[in-house]
Amino acid sequence: MKILYFAWLKEKTGVAEEDCALPDGVADVAALVEWLTARGGGFADAFSDPSIVRVAVNQEHVATDHPLADGDEVAFFPPVTGG
Amino acid sequence: MIRVQQHDFDIGAELAKLTDGNTSIGGVCSFVGLVRDFAGDDAVDGMTLEHYPGMTEKQLEAIDKQAQDRWPLDATLIIHRFGSLEPGDRIVFVAAASAHREAAFEACHFLIDWLKTQAPFWKKETGKDGATWVEAKTSDDSAAKRWRDD
Repeated sequence: MKILYFAWLKEKTGVAEEDCALPDGVADVAALVEWLTARGGGFADAFSDPSIVRVAVNQEHVATDHPLADGDEVAFFPPVTGG
Repeated sequence: MIRVQQHDFDIGAELAKLTDGNTSIGGVCSFVGLVRDFAGDDAVDGMTLEHYPGMTEKQLEAIDKQAQDRWPLDATLIIHRFGSLEPGDRIVFVAAASAHREAAFEACHFLIDWLKTQAPFWKKETGKDGATWVEAKTSDDSAAKRWRDD
């Protein structure tokens, strides 16, 4: 699984992109957020208010109950501000 | 058509190219987004636009297709820039061409409203207090929602 972070999520986690195996017991986006938060430090800070974090799986906007599979590309970012 | 690029674009040349050779087009409606020199009460010196390569193109193509499916359009164009920009710089260009003006106006409005809530771009503004990430506006969500409620 590939995980990407953008904008202030990238700054807070200190990570732009990482490869990791789908952790045991993580079946959806919400569970992945919990798993990442448990790393503590910048990750706990980045996900301290999950309501302001948006997520895409395989480059499509999804809700936090979206299921995950190994091989997915998951991206975390703030609400978009282009245009 | 969609384009994501760092460099500037020439509005006149883009519009000419969009309609070139298609004489069934009766009107083109376009929107140009520029970098403002203020945010609320604060001055803005510049901005950096970050995006998600791959997803950006995918989302813009999806938005473009939705407009094509919804209105009788002869041509559409979305150009969005990324990287460092200064006040006055062009950020985004959206154009829709159709036989009649109503479809062109509505599609252009739809494209920019939809893009603002779906395309993965993030603005970081630089001012007297350093650099800050721009927060999304609920008014942008309301503007996009209008097209869903039809």
